[in-house]
Amino acid sequence: MTNNDWTPDQPLVSIHDVHKSFGDLEVLKGVSLDIMKGEVICIIGPSGSGKSTLIRCVNALNTIDSGSIKVEGLEVHDPGLDKLELRKRVGMVFQQYNLFPHKTALENIMMAPLKVLKQPQAEAEERAHKLIKRVNLGGKENSYPGELSGGQQQRVAIARSLAMNPDVMLFDEVTAALDPETVNEVLLAIKDLAQDGMTCILVTHEMGFAREVADHIYFTDRGVIVEHGPPATFFTEATDPRTREFLSQIL
Amino acid sequence: MNAFQQYFYDLAQTHPKWNFIYLYDPTQTDRVIEGLWMTIQLSVVCVILSVIIGVVGAWAQGAHSKYLRLVMQGYIQFFRNTPPLVQLMFFYFALGQFTPTYSPDGWLEVPIISNVGWAIISLSFFAGAFNVEIFRAGIEAVPDSTQEAAEALGMNRLQIYIYIVLPLAFRVSLPALNNNLVNLVKTTTQALAIAVPELLYQMISIYNDYSTAQNACMVFLFFAYFILVGILVLGMHRWEHRLRIPGYGA
Repeated sequence: MTNNDWTPDQPLVSIHDVHKSFGDLEVLKGVSLDIMKGEVICIIGPSGSGKSTLIRCVNALNTIDSGSIKVEGLEVHDPGLDKLELRKRVGMVFQQYNLFPHKTALENIMMAPLKVLKQPQAEAEERAHKLIKRVNLGGKENSYPGELSGGQQQRVAIARSLAMNPDVMLFDEVTAALDPETVNEVLLAIKDLAQDGMTCILVTHEMGFAREVADHIYFTDRGVIVEHGPPATFFTEATDPRTREFLSQIL
Repeated sequence: MNAFQQYFYDLAQTHPKWNFIYLYDPTQTDRVIEGLWMTIQLSVVCVILSVIIGVVGAWAQGAHSKYLRLVMQGYIQFFRNTPPLVQLMFFYFALGQFTPTYSPDGWLEVPIISNVGWAIISLSFFAGAFNVEIFRAGIEAVPDSTQEAAEALGMNRLQIYIYIVLPLAFRVSLPALNNNLVNLVKTTTQALAIAVPELLYQMISIYNDYSTAQNACMVFLFFAYFILVGILVLGMHRWEHRLRIPGYGA
């Protein structure tokens, strides 16, 4: 299980023929894709097409029925896997932010480094201060999530995830619950990350953003990847009728 | 007799229905103080034990073991659906028969669990049964998504329970816990039935000895419990206030 003959020239995340059902409903019907280090991919598609399920499988929040997912050579769904090894490598940001409401912004960011990585208080605090500035929230260190706007909360959530120093970040429709005027500040934070070379998997409905930051776009429908390509060609030269219909509705 | 005592002594002479005997007769004053002290001890010990039972019980209710969950369910149903007075009497008169005894002098047989002991056990389990349900409701109010975020950050189940679920559940539980603890303090009076010398027991004893003191004793009982419960409620409210999270929930 704990590899590891993985080398950085191999895909950082490798998803191979993944199937997943909830009861009778098959949400993923054989999905495969590879993500190289430093790559930013966007997964788009209609609701219920399995996008969120797919990225939740990448950090084992959901189980899979068959197939395999590897992160840096770690077999994610190996029952013997030390989940902590996986979670140290994979950061995740959720649609509803899911901050810890009883902790300040700074404490939210420090929580995992202190409790999980057992970092010393001073070190965790110093890093948290840096991260909160990085997401442009200097001055909000001692605010509670309930005192922050959706966009601000989401940026704290990004910083909280970064505090674990992940190698890949998963973004699950992170702007879907935001007021339109705060969407941009979150997208900027993600763009900043992507430009710094962070490997990112984004599930998003922000087509303009996908076109701007993604190296590769995947379109899913009813549990399969229908079509994929680099943004330059994907939006203009999509051939599958399902992709064309989706794009015509959303663009 | 000082002026204060003299005043109430005279009052009892002129108004025989208002014999505040415990305010001028030191022997009766001592009985009141003893009763009050016993009530306070009983309340404090039972409050603490019942909260511990509540936290542990709520954890057990969420346990994987089906057996453990069934035991908890049985415990809660038993103590919630029967009167505390019956429980007290059952513990003391029925179970008390079977507990071992010891003899300090070769003649007496003293049960290792006294009536005060049984009152503490019985009342703690009584209030604890409600506390389990109160904490369970609090735990259920913590969104799964918040726990999931903690999981994604690499926290294990115990860490999530201690650092995320309990602090949030506790805040949700406080108002209901408050009510139950108020009830518990008032229910300590029922320990009278197994002759625990708490406040009600002592006051009744006084007016059994001095029938003219009945009204005065009743007045004191209301006054004493009003103050006692008032202190508890004030403390709980302060605590609730201190734990309030800015911008969160109600």
